[in-house]
Amino acid sequence: MIQHVGNHPFGKKHRPHEVVIETLLFLFALFSILITVGIAFILVRESFLFFADPDVDLLGFLTGKVWQPMIGLFGFLPLLNATLTTSLIAMLLGIPLGLFVAIYLAEYASDRVRGFLKPTLEVLAGIPTIVYGYFALTFMTPLLRSIFGENRVDIYNTASAGLVIGILVLPMIATMAEDAITSVPKDLRLAAYALGGTSIETTFKVVIPAALSGLSATFLLALSRAIGETMVVALAAGAGPNLTANPFKAAETITGYIVRISGGDVSYNSVDYNSIFALGLVLFVITFTLNLVSRKISGLFHQEYD
Amino acid sequence: MLSETLFGTDEMMTSLMQKRKAGGVVWKVVFLFSTSLAILFLLLLLVSVIDSTFGYVAVRNEMEPSQLVAGKDAVSEFSRAELETVLQEHLSSGILRRVLHDKPLQERSKTDLVSLAQQYVVKPSVVRSWGLGDSLLDQKSIEAFMAGNEGLHLTFRSWINWSFFTSDQSANPLNAGVRTAFLGSLWIIMITFVFAFPIGVGAAIYLEEYAVDNKLNRLLQLNIFNLSAVPSIIYGLLGLAVFVRSMEHITSGAFLSSVSDTTANGRTILSGGLTLALLVLPIIIINTQEALKAVPDSLRMSSYGVGATKWQTIASHVLPASIDRILTGTILALSRALGETAPLVVIGASTFISVDPSSIFSKFTTLPIQIYQWSARPQGAYRNVAGAAIITLMLLLMAMNSFAIIMRDKISKKKRMES
Repeated sequence: MIQHVGNHPFGKKHRPHEVVIETLLFLFALFSILITVGIAFILVRESFLFFADPDVDLLGFLTGKVWQPMIGLFGFLPLLNATLTTSLIAMLLGIPLGLFVAIYLAEYASDRVRGFLKPTLEVLAGIPTIVYGYFALTFMTPLLRSIFGENRVDIYNTASAGLVIGILVLPMIATMAEDAITSVPKDLRLAAYALGGTSIETTFKVVIPAALSGLSATFLLALSRAIGETMVVALAAGAGPNLTANPFKAAETITGYIVRISGGDVSYNSVDYNSIFALGLVLFVITFTLNLVSRKISGLFHQEYD
Repeated sequence: MLSETLFGTDEMMTSLMQKRKAGGVVWKVVFLFSTSLAILFLLLLLVSVIDSTFGYVAVRNEMEPSQLVAGKDAVSEFSRAELETVLQEHLSSGILRRVLHDKPLQERSKTDLVSLAQQYVVKPSVVRSWGLGDSLLDQKSIEAFMAGNEGLHLTFRSWINWSFFTSDQSANPLNAGVRTAFLGSLWIIMITFVFAFPIGVGAAIYLEEYAVDNKLNRLLQLNIFNLSAVPSIIYGLLGLAVFVRSMEHITSGAFLSSVSDTTANGRTILSGGLTLALLVLPIIIINTQEALKAVPDSLRMSSYGVGATKWQTIASHVLPASIDRILTGTILALSRALGETAPLVVIGASTFISVDPSSIFSKFTTLPIQIYQWSARPQGAYRNVAGAAIITLMLLLMAMNSFAIIMRDKISKKKRMES
């Protein structure tokens, strides 16, 4: 015989503290949305003030070739150009190198080599970016100047900053690309071997195409990281906007400008103060879009094989 | 015959295979080369930091010790009486009055007197400094430089030394130190931890344990991944507008009316710590989620099986089972905060601070900011100081990470013994 102990019915007991805890935890999670909204709100509001300034107009901002706040010229192309130059150089170094390291790790390295390489990449990824900036200034720039000649390479230049950013994103590219490559199902590889493919042919004609969406997601994220990188360009790329295609010349990037202006004492509500938020908005829109697209692409990839 | 027209002759086959295999070998060399290059970069980075931290320095003294006391070449060789007379005679009246006001000469220790004499009487300044590589391999050009310049003293100097840790900033690279920056970094990390840890772990618990698969929760997850990839300088702008400006009343400590005159604005440790808390929050959430995912579902099921509620299950089974991973993930996130520079520069951390931070409402500087400032200066000797500061920062990061590993091992050992 089953005897009921007490007389409450089977079913959900009312437990107020369980609800309170769940609500509290939900609010914590919701806080992250608040951060995004906060960023967007602040950047848009201050940018609005910036464009309300009589010296500034949106068209001039987007198409102007000179950024000289002193004389009221606010064309952001020189800053954007420098940002794109450093990022492009970084990608030219970081993507092939990171991809090759990833392929080596995923397809060729023995367990012992992996056991040594992975921590090395982790160390490289854990070094603060300011140290990379110091490296650009004290090692990369002198190296470039001794190779290409001191009169051709400025003391501050975008090439040095770009190359060092390439090294900076290398561990991130290598780790994420390795994940993308190893998550390609083994069946595909075995099928390629069965058709008589050599290991290198399998890698390039089967595995890499199959991992392509994961790899492109990685590259987009790396690009976003390179565009937002600040300390390396602040130290090595130069202070002062300069519209040039020559990577050996000094040119200030968007992030470099924001750091330089906010590092000095700017008074609130001045055009200088508002301008860093307008540039921050540009930076936020670019990187946020890249991150979103990257996320979407890698989402597609997981659906394909899961 | 048919097979030959279809697939070519044996020779053709062999040469084709050889070509295909050769291509493979070439690529393997490329992969290996790339990997070695990555390791080489790491080594070069470390070498370039170490190179500038040790090496010869050429120093010029404004007043030679031998001119002060005949026959003695260094201030540290002076006797106490000699030091006192030297200070009495050579300090300008203003400085002497200030020094005596702080503490009479008789009551000061000898090391104190020596450093006073160095700072105000001998006044050494760096004329040129060399890296470790040049100091060891290129001594000829150093000798040539010394021969071409009269009255210089050449010494081999380790820029990282005890007084580097204990002294604060200085306009003279020889006396510059990281004490205030080191303390500032510790304060900031503490604030960051206090705010980011509970919120981050709480959010992760919600997303892993409570959230059902609906639109809002998917948005939350996507948003957290996006936030973790937002450039850190954007967080700096957010902190500047929100913590430094809008919440100045709170972050400057004015609402407690205990604020000192030196901190009349919101550029305080509290603002810096909060800004970095926002920055590391997504990282802590993601790391904690990974930790919670690693807890086997059977543990939750058996807890429910004996009648535990959801929160009881989480608090007494899921969290204890994952706490080691959660803490390791948090320490990794905090080391990210420790190395961040850009957001703190943007919110306007002070760069020249010679007073130790005393509360969360103090102005501050941190190690990375100091490295930035020193690296950006044109004088060569500050590069050496920056190198020493980088080594300090890296040692601090290493200490934090080893602490995380040791703690993780300890907890998992304890767990094994209990089970």
